[in-house]
Amino acid sequence: MTTAEAQPEARRDTAQYGVCGFLAVVGVLVIADAARLRHIANSNDPIGPKPVPIVLGVLLLVVAVLYAVDVARGGTGAAEEGEDVDVTSPVDWRTVLLLVGAFVLNLALIEPLGWVISGAILFWGSAYALGSRHHVRNLIIAATLSLTTFYAFAIGLGVNLPAGVLQGIL
Amino acid sequence: MDNLMNLLSGFGDVLTPINLLLALLGVTVGTAVGVLPGIGPAMTVALLLPITYGLEPVQAFIMFAGIFYGGMYGGSTTSILLNTPGESSSVVTAIEGNKMARAGRAAQALATAAIGSFVAGTIGTVLLVLVAPQVVKFAISLGAPDYLAIMLLAFAGATSVLGSSRIRGFAALLLGLVIGLVGIDKVTGQERLTFGIPQLADGIDVVVVAVGIFAVGEALWVAAHLRRNPGHVIPVGRPWMGKSDWRRSWKPWLRGTAYGFPIGALPAGGAEIPTFLSYATERKLSKHPEQFGHGAIEGVAGPEAANNASAAGTLVPMLALGLPTNATAAVMLAAFTSYGIQPGPLLFQREPKLVWALIASLFIGNLMLLLLNLPLAPAWAKLLQIPRPYLYAGIIFFASMGAYAVNAQPLDLLLLLLLGLLGFAMRRFGLPVLPLIIGVILGPIAERQARMSLQLSNGDASGLIGGPVAFVIYAAILLMIAWPLVAKLRRRIMTKDVVYSGRQ
Repeated sequence: MTTAEAQPEARRDTAQYGVCGFLAVVGVLVIADAARLRHIANSNDPIGPKPVPIVLGVLLLVVAVLYAVDVARGGTGAAEEGEDVDVTSPVDWRTVLLLVGAFVLNLALIEPLGWVISGAILFWGSAYALGSRHHVRNLIIAATLSLTTFYAFAIGLGVNLPAGVLQGIL
Repeated sequence: MDNLMNLLSGFGDVLTPINLLLALLGVTVGTAVGVLPGIGPAMTVALLLPITYGLEPVQAFIMFAGIFYGGMYGGSTTSILLNTPGESSSVVTAIEGNKMARAGRAAQALATAAIGSFVAGTIGTVLLVLVAPQVVKFAISLGAPDYLAIMLLAFAGATSVLGSSRIRGFAALLLGLVIGLVGIDKVTGQERLTFGIPQLADGIDVVVVAVGIFAVGEALWVAAHLRRNPGHVIPVGRPWMGKSDWRRSWKPWLRGTAYGFPIGALPAGGAEIPTFLSYATERKLSKHPEQFGHGAIEGVAGPEAANNASAAGTLVPMLALGLPTNATAAVMLAAFTSYGIQPGPLLFQREPKLVWALIASLFIGNLMLLLLNLPLAPAWAKLLQIPRPYLYAGIIFFASMGAYAVNAQPLDLLLLLLLGLLGFAMRRFGLPVLPLIIGVILGPIAERQARMSLQLSNGDASGLIGGPVAFVIYAAILLMIAWPLVAKLRRRIMTKDVVYSGRQ
């Protein structure tokens, strides 16, 4: 992680310009949002809510440019390593998209169906996305986890988790 | 000794059967989760936050103290037995620790790490008791411009972390500051960056940001690059140390503590610098320098103690100034605010019971950790073999549950996903995550202090600069920003000299 990043990459990481673009877009967005704020200033608050976002927006634009200059000069950020990470492999988009899909299902179903069902779908879907093919075993684990967390947290510790369609059954 | 009395009453509050049980639960769950590969201390605390939602603040913090030290220790177990450390503070532990484990000395490596952590954690907590009230006394005399300067120092410290690109750190900080802007402006009541979504009026909850960036971002990142054959776990028996191990360990523990605590307590400190310093020192002082690189026990004992002592050190600015200097402290601060408690100099006056109960539980948690870890190490080692699909599916499951539980609104899950994707991109492009979290937490406070400073000076910009304390801090910031440039220039001149003299 702290090794020098001086070695020239075999292939330039041009996707980094996307980060610069993102920073610039956020900068413009912040400035545009700040511009529509009414200027309220009084003796208690001489500058009002406007200047801080404008300063941040301008800084974002400046950083976007400097970042692009750094990339153009061959600068790269070292991708984060970890116990289970193999940074030499290309990004496995299929897994990422499947995970996002499981996430979105949970987000859509948590209120209508309740945590026990949506959480089980989330766990099962994530395990599937990550390559586990023991469907029945995964289903049992998923159901056990979501039931246990519901009873332990929602009922035991008073944490906010919806019962959904199983209201009255659980 | 006021502090001693306060601490004793803190122990009085903690030493009830139910509280001890909570501390034990915290330590156990914290270690178990912290041991899991890919989960560092910050993520451990973030993921386990919801467990404490239903508890009273004092009880929640008792459990928290356990989770905090448990997560720290769990991380070093992973790096010793698996060799690929999850967070930068245990990089150094892994160097010698894994070599020891491979040479069949895993038991001794784990033992010196556990006992060293205990020694360092205990001394560090004693120092916390002595130092924090002094810092509070000093901090109460500070005005808004001084606080603004301290916040800016924290920003500068977070963005210039050892060995990472500053422009990327600064980009991450700015993104965090923008996330912190979202919501109603506290002074004028105007909505900023809410895009008319009513749920955003209260801002984006820091817990959602922390869980999204740390947990979901990490899970997505690992999923994209999952190692087909996970690292080899070295089997381990019950940790123990022979006489010579003790003889070689105790000095590094103390020296590591001496590095860790003061550096951790600085507003721009951290755990990386003291662990590296400790490693270098032990290497220099060792009677067995030839063993370094092949599993020298001093190289585990020192850095591990430095790591834990710096964790205790970070609690000084966290409790006394409300200033988080590492990711774990940032998440702890988020936990405080979710209880409506604002850390800072007034905390010791307003909530003395809570503060001293927390400090007392740090002592108790540390002791429990030692008692628990020595016999349970083989069980923790088994956790390293959990199938990866279940591990990361579990992280996403608990992250979603925790984020939903904050406000019970599905919108938070959408934010969690978006922040997770942001965390994914940041890992892909090498943007550090710490500046972002620091920005989210401290940004709104810094803005408030800036506006208060201007209020005092009736809008005159000179009010931002403030008195002597602020001047000293700004000088430190300048030094921090300018130092690498100076170093780079010097190196350039030096190499030129070398080239010239080579030609002659």
